[in-house]
Amino acid sequence: MDTSPPRISPRAEPAPPPSGRPDRPQGPPLGQEPRDNQPDTGGTPPPTDRPAPPPTESRGRVRIGDRVFSGAARGSGIVLLAVMAAIAGFLTLRAVDALGKNEGNFLTTFEWTPNAEPPVFGVAVIAFGTVVSALIAMIIAVPIAVGVALFVSHYAPRRIAQPVAYLIDLLAAVPSIVYGLWGALFLVPHMIGLTTWLDAYLGWTHVFDQTSTGVTPRNLFTAGVLLAVMILPIVTNVSREVFLQVPRMHEEAALALGATRWEVIRTAVLPFGRSGVISASMLGLGRALGETMAVATVLSSSPVLSLKILDPGGGTIAQNIAANFGEAQPIGRDALVASGLVLFLITLLVNGAARLIIARRKEYSGANA
Amino acid sequence: MSTTTKPTVTPPASVLTQRRLPRWAPAATALGAVVAGIGIGAGAGLTSEIQWGLIAALLFVGALHVLSTRVEGSRKAKDRLATSLVWVCFILAVIPLVSLLEYTIRKGAKVLDGYFLTHSMNGVATIEPGGGVYHSLLGTLEQVALATLISAPIGLLTAIYLVEYGRGPLAKAVTFFVDVMTGIPSIVAGLFVLSFWIIWLDFSFSGFAGSMALSILMMPVVVRSTEEMLKLVPNELREASLALGVPKWRTILKVVLPTAVGGIVTGLMLAVARITGETAPVLLLVYGAATINTNPFDGAQDSLPLYIFQQWKNGNEPSYDRAWAAALVLIALVMALNLLARGVARWKAPKPGH
Amino acid sequence: MAKRIDVSGLTAYYGKTKAIEDISMTVEPRSVTAFIGPSGCGKSTFLRTLNRMHEVIPHATVSGTVLLDDENLYGPDVDPVAVRRTIGMVFQRPNPFPTMSIYDNVAAGLKLNGIRRRGELDALVEKSLRSANLWNEVKDRLNKPGAGLSGGQQQRLCIARAIAVEPEVLLMDEPCSALDPISTLAIEDLISELKERFTIVIVTHNMQQAARVSDRTAFFNLAAVGQPGRLIEIDATERIFSNPTVQATEDYISGRFG
Repeated sequence: MDTSPPRISPRAEPAPPPSGRPDRPQGPPLGQEPRDNQPDTGGTPPPTDRPAPPPTESRGRVRIGDRVFSGAARGSGIVLLAVMAAIAGFLTLRAVDALGKNEGNFLTTFEWTPNAEPPVFGVAVIAFGTVVSALIAMIIAVPIAVGVALFVSHYAPRRIAQPVAYLIDLLAAVPSIVYGLWGALFLVPHMIGLTTWLDAYLGWTHVFDQTSTGVTPRNLFTAGVLLAVMILPIVTNVSREVFLQVPRMHEEAALALGATRWEVIRTAVLPFGRSGVISASMLGLGRALGETMAVATVLSSSPVLSLKILDPGGGTIAQNIAANFGEAQPIGRDALVASGLVLFLITLLVNGAARLIIARRKEYSGANA
Repeated sequence: MSTTTKPTVTPPASVLTQRRLPRWAPAATALGAVVAGIGIGAGAGLTSEIQWGLIAALLFVGALHVLSTRVEGSRKAKDRLATSLVWVCFILAVIPLVSLLEYTIRKGAKVLDGYFLTHSMNGVATIEPGGGVYHSLLGTLEQVALATLISAPIGLLTAIYLVEYGRGPLAKAVTFFVDVMTGIPSIVAGLFVLSFWIIWLDFSFSGFAGSMALSILMMPVVVRSTEEMLKLVPNELREASLALGVPKWRTILKVVLPTAVGGIVTGLMLAVARITGETAPVLLLVYGAATINTNPFDGAQDSLPLYIFQQWKNGNEPSYDRAWAAALVLIALVMALNLLARGVARWKAPKPGH
Repeated sequence: MAKRIDVSGLTAYYGKTKAIEDISMTVEPRSVTAFIGPSGCGKSTFLRTLNRMHEVIPHATVSGTVLLDDENLYGPDVDPVAVRRTIGMVFQRPNPFPTMSIYDNVAAGLKLNGIRRRGELDALVEKSLRSANLWNEVKDRLNKPGAGLSGGQQQRLCIARAIAVEPEVLLMDEPCSALDPISTLAIEDLISELKERFTIVIVTHNMQQAARVSDRTAFFNLAAVGQPGRLIEIDATERIFSNPTVQATEDYISGRFG
């Protein structure tokens, strides 16, 4: 699986494409020997210019050193697996426990009242809200991010491109709680005009219909916009890295055919960068799905499932956990665990889908050129 | 035999020249669109500047496209359309992002001073001004340090295992689960520690509980970035060292790691920067406190992101001021880590050529 | 079809560095003109000024005139896109679009120029691939990625792509330097066929190649490292290789430097 998610790289790191060879080796350049089966180093005397211990002693130490070191490396891998297994196992256990006591249908119930008697709770509203707010974020952020990435990599005058790239790099690191604070205190008041407007002109689409006009726009749409602003820098950064890696010779090939700048981008840059942009978007989608604070601060939640994204209400899984984790009774917490697992599953599905898309395009991906 | 009838059927313009819009056309259109946007916005009494901007953007793209199609033909017009869209995207993106920074700095500078950095919220009522962020800063630093202490060694060694030793099913499983782990939402990591450590094992809320959740988030990031860096070390270096009879573990320690150290440290610091701003797991696990608690292993602590959230929740002006100031401190902290990481990357970058 | 190129007083810069200075020459239509000279003498730079590919490198600028028949490529109203469409180019390393099939690679330029009907495209693609002597080798796998071909085949694919849009002139920048001898031979044969239809300019490091394929040869040299490259002389190929007028040409050709 070398379709690794995009590096979280600052610009200093991108793999310098080995100049010369078009076919750079894909696999990890690993040590040659099978693990735990060291070449017999004891046979060759150590070179004289190395401050070496006496050969006999070194021979014994070598083995121990190697064993200890490879053991430690392997051990960490196993620890990591164990942590993962513990998370999965434990959460499943709690979730199953909670689901057993649930009197409602977990998937279709709207209410979240696990502490009531009998306990009734379902993820319908919050799963819907999670997906919808993340989708809104994607629809807004991805095209703009691709545009900005192209701006930095191909359009902007050099003097602008560098600082812009830098600024966006830094913005990608701004913690989500700051976005949340800004969203609640700055964005929400500024969204009033836009929501009224959308309601007035696009209300007929049902989606943009606002039941009672003039309410504070603490709705899924605003949450989506805020998430879009939040994931924009990340998606932009990764896409930009990919666009900058398009080999110059492919762009020149298009130029030499008499392509305009846009045609160069369409024939050489976008196809090469497509899988990179997809993984960038999925990275952003993952963030948007799991984001807690930015949603918790701008959404006024309620157990209402409605396609009218301008109406206040709804909720997301992460926001629901943050709002209810303090619940007194264990079943309430276990119910939250169950919803957390749903969130985790959605994220996994998204990542898996991204991987599939990338793998399917592999034959034509630029990396194989 | 030269003929006198020179211009027979030749078109007036040659193949190479095309009618073109003057160079100032895009700028002029942009200006016109902005003016029209403001005009329409003000005239129709639209309250929000967002609408004004959107109108101006639409007008600009549309007008330039029509103009260009008329004068330059459809191919050129498409090129211009792409260019203007890219510029519009850039402006659309920059406005909220710059506004975020500008707003935070402007608001945050109001109460941010030496007093704010060195005092806790002990004895300060939420509705009165004053108080500070010292206890939260301390908590954040301790929690992040602990999380780094847990996840850095495990992450580094796992990456070394995957790149230098990894073969067979175990390595495949680790790779796969690192991928899965990257996708864990932070709140789920927090929830896990909450139900495992605090509810099931019955420990109290503490900074350390938060650190555990943070390290779950940090580990896969460290593994990934370290792995990438180790893969960049050319195989020739390893072979050269092994061929000298240097045992493998010394090869890794003395040749491979030093070559990649810049990138590894950079990746590590970026991971630290990322968890520094994590709010959700901290919210669930360290509980929050108004007083200074220097011991991360015992009792509730505070942390910067949590402090921001709580002050925002208080919902009054003095609290908002404190929230912005804390946000500014947090951004500064994260930015400093980022800049430092970049510095390390540049400083330790493999020297070009030789 | 083929057109003549008249260059006069052409100087090209990279930023403030002068790469080539004051070059004037005429490239005859329907012939092959070869550029030879030591590394760094500006042959490739000069070649790229002939279809305005030079200026896509940041800070690269040009002064002087290049007339294609009677039209100045650097005239005020000239569209560089139209120039590149009229004067095609083949690069040192084969560069088929990695994300496209063999068919789409050849069709890429055609589609850009507004040819979209399937039948017309099919015919033009086949014609171009035949002209590039590649049709028989790829006709059964037109939908496979172009990057899967051998180096020599890829280069012929690039030639097919370049000639598909029916340019007036074909510029080739060391088209064989990344290829093995057999592929090189195939390209050289192809060049001799193509000169019936196109004006061809080829940059080469290989003097035998220049002698084999070209009608006229231009020798470039630079006074010293860091100095701009200059055109030393241009003449019929036999004359350059048998009896050049300038001593430096003879020294270079007889292998005394370079």
